[in-house]
Amino acid sequence: MMTYVLRRCLMAILVAFTVSLGTYALFHFATDPAQTIAGEDAPQEMVDEIREQFGFDRPLLVQYGDWLGGVFQGDFGTSYFWKQPVVELIKEHAGVTITLALVSLLVTILIALPLGISAALKPNSWVDRFALSIAVSAQAIPNFWLGLMVIILFAVTFPIFPVSGDATWRHFVLPSLVLGASSVPAVMRLTRTGLLDVLASDYIRTARAKGFMGYRLILQQAMRNALLPIVSVLAVQLGHKLGGSVVTESVFSMNGLGRLAVESIFNSDIPTVQSLILIFVLTFVLLTLAADLINAWLDPRIRMG
Amino acid sequence: MSPLPIGEIDMSTAPILDIQGLSVEIPTDAGTLKAVRGISLSLNRGETLGIVGESGSGKSMTALALMNLLTPSARRTADCINFDGKDLTHVSEKELASKVRGQRISMIFQEPMTSLNPVYSIGRQLTETMTLHRPVSRAEAEKRAIYLLEKVGLPDPASRLKQYPHELSGGQRQRIMIAMALMNEPELLIADEPTTALDVTIQAQILYLLQDLQKELGMSMILITHDLGVVSRSADKIAVMYAGDIVETGTAVEVLTNPQHPYTRGLMECVPGYRGDEAHRLGSIPGIVPSMTGTITGCAFASRCPRAVDACKTDIPPTKQLGPGRTYVCHDPESTRDQSAREQQSHVNRAPFDPGKAKGESVLTVDNATYTFLVRRGMFGKRKPLKALGNVSLDIRKGEVLALVGESGCGKTTLSRIIMGLKQPDSGSVRLGEHEISTLPAGQRARMIQPIFQDPYSSLNPRKTIGDIIGRPLVVNRIGSSKEQLAKVHNIMEHVGLPRRVFNSYPDQLSGGQRQRAAIGRALIMDPEIVICDEPTSALDVSVQSQILNLLLDLRDELDLTYLFVTHDLSVVQHMADRVAVMYLGEIVECGDRRQVLSHPKHPYTRALLDSALSISPELKVPAPRLAGDFPNPINRPSGCSFHPRCPIAEQQCKEQVPQAEIIDTTFVKCWKAETSQHQVKHQ
Repeated sequence: MMTYVLRRCLMAILVAFTVSLGTYALFHFATDPAQTIAGEDAPQEMVDEIREQFGFDRPLLVQYGDWLGGVFQGDFGTSYFWKQPVVELIKEHAGVTITLALVSLLVTILIALPLGISAALKPNSWVDRFALSIAVSAQAIPNFWLGLMVIILFAVTFPIFPVSGDATWRHFVLPSLVLGASSVPAVMRLTRTGLLDVLASDYIRTARAKGFMGYRLILQQAMRNALLPIVSVLAVQLGHKLGGSVVTESVFSMNGLGRLAVESIFNSDIPTVQSLILIFVLTFVLLTLAADLINAWLDPRIRMG
Repeated sequence: MSPLPIGEIDMSTAPILDIQGLSVEIPTDAGTLKAVRGISLSLNRGETLGIVGESGSGKSMTALALMNLLTPSARRTADCINFDGKDLTHVSEKELASKVRGQRISMIFQEPMTSLNPVYSIGRQLTETMTLHRPVSRAEAEKRAIYLLEKVGLPDPASRLKQYPHELSGGQRQRIMIAMALMNEPELLIADEPTTALDVTIQAQILYLLQDLQKELGMSMILITHDLGVVSRSADKIAVMYAGDIVETGTAVEVLTNPQHPYTRGLMECVPGYRGDEAHRLGSIPGIVPSMTGTITGCAFASRCPRAVDACKTDIPPTKQLGPGRTYVCHDPESTRDQSAREQQSHVNRAPFDPGKAKGESVLTVDNATYTFLVRRGMFGKRKPLKALGNVSLDIRKGEVLALVGESGCGKTTLSRIIMGLKQPDSGSVRLGEHEISTLPAGQRARMIQPIFQDPYSSLNPRKTIGDIIGRPLVVNRIGSSKEQLAKVHNIMEHVGLPRRVFNSYPDQLSGGQRQRAAIGRALIMDPEIVICDEPTSALDVSVQSQILNLLLDLRDELDLTYLFVTHDLSVVQHMADRVAVMYLGEIVECGDRRQVLSHPKHPYTRALLDSALSISPELKVPAPRLAGDFPNPINRPSGCSFHPRCPIAEQQCKEQVPQAEIIDTTFVKCWKAETSQHQVKHQ
């Protein structure tokens, strides 16, 4: 088990840095950072001076190594645009995103799992059809539209929650619902089909022959098997929420990492973009790793190989 | 630990189980399927009832219906299901789960590999059966579990509790299933094909174990099986099921020594070795089990029955009572009563065993072939060598049937692949006539050797028509014009007994037997010299198996074929083979003339295999198994003679030194104690 964890960690780190090197290179081929910093109309001498000053004339790998060296010491560089350390920028914005992601994941779990389970218990019943229609609508409705609708309904017509911002917990209710709803279809369907497969298996027949029924059969016999794929999907969904809730953050004017990323891209703020990508990739990689470890804990066949 | 108290044991003669008019209907696209049609059964305390029938006869459905464990779409109706005086049809699902299932009635299922929950430990799965129903602590339940694991013959039971199902072999898992079923000392144990998925030596161990435990615990048992040999040794009473109905009942001795229903008779005639002498052609039951949808008129067996008269097709057959509990459901028409006797005579048309066949020139020679797999355990584990074949030498002689026998994992499939040229041996050679097989171009090889595989369901491309499948080798190898190819396909289809109309059918429209005929046709269309039959009938029902075996023997004589017949079934070997090679852990341990090997086995493993093969003998019980333990994992080969850990006559020498091959009475054998072993046999 220990070697399994170590090897998986090593792979994860390798993946993270390969991706970040790739984006680093792409960025440097696509734009001229010196020009960006100097401004569109700056004279050539100024651009050259900035290029030298920031070291953009050095080979790409050296620059990347330099930047990476800083990263390892907690220094992600200084934003060209906001003129402050990237670390501080990220610290300012991360809280909102993490809170939003975790709460919306909770929303997803609380809606999708019970729906999926009840659908699986009575396939083709009205519960099943109800769950399916929810899944289809949630899949079809664009996130920004749903966001606008709940704002109109719960913030304008019935002003229960604030329209936008991220100051109090009340600000997080609507965006969490919207972001959470976006993951419901995938998770619910997986719960339903996974549980249906498990319930049709021979070992559940054995469990029923042993006298298990009702919630005991589901919780003590079937659920653990059905959870395996759900854990993997939840990890990916959480990754999306941590890294890519740009739309939701924009609709609700929340100052999260997603908006920071968008703005820094528009302003070609390479150090910020760079650092965010590294963080997003690391998040994804660590989440999949966590999912694999949880699954290994749930399933002895993975654990022992 | 002493067994738990069972409570009041009712020693009255009232049957523990009495089923009247049980029916199961399943709605399908083609109409309502009558899977079980109003059957009645009764079982006394301490008795074993065997329910026999081919697949689709409704026997498993009966067991599941009894426990109300059918799929939700299935409808169960019954006049009564009296279990110990209580009608289970009036018992709520909740009470059934909390008071009956797993407690008073337990079940063992056919598939040991999938019937245990993979994510929970053996210990948890065993103990929860008990803690669910009784106010016992986990520790007490564990004690009981250890006691039972010891009883079912698993070494080191305490440490088993921490293991997970995937760490155990099929035989071990089935023992766990049995222990699990016995946790609460049930009054009735239902075993649904408990040994079908297991090797013969393990089957013998498990059946013996069940027989032993039943006697000790005074349980009643329902044994569901398709295997007449198994049921003859284990059951007191037998119910023969056909198309959802019970067609014959009686004691095992009555039913099997004096079968009344033409179906029972037909089934027995199909079993290789039942008639003793191999010169008899196997009986067969034409056609397939009809699908029981719509209104049923007449006898369900009429369309396949050699004795059927007009009345059989129109009138529901009456139940005839021959004595207490001895019934059969048949019109039993006078006019065809002596039909079966005539039938039997006509069976004697196979050419008698010809030892000359086994002395022909050799067409294919395997010389000291070895083959090693590299097996990775786990995702990142080291690759370990697994020696699948060690120095195998074998020759196949013109016109013979050479049977290759052994349990799963013994390397017989690897050897057959090497012989087909699909795998290269690591060392040694395979020569086809003059040529080394690996140097032959694929097309030429295909003209010499063709395979027939075990599973006719997965070995035919589901998206091609039967005509395409059979003709494919001709197309691939560009033999003849398309007109000639077509003619050849029709010709072959006639040879293998496929009706012309299936030419444009797809495999899933055919029955299992027809598919295997198509697979045979595909093999024979190249006019091969050698056909490798890899367990060609083990996925088929016995009535279909006999058709295929008869067909293969007919074709051999007609087309002058040579067969390598890979099988685990010694009764098939007895019927088919001229010579036998017995494999164990990648080595041939005994090889020789079939009569010699089967009647005077020299290797203790051959002897054990023979003992494990259960012929139909209702007077006999399951013999005490000769072999201890499981087939070993080939990664950890035992030292010396690889058979020594399971061998009943192993001595120190066997543990240390690899036995030399020697020839005794023309039989090749690899055993230090071959002479002794033979000696022992003579005394038994």
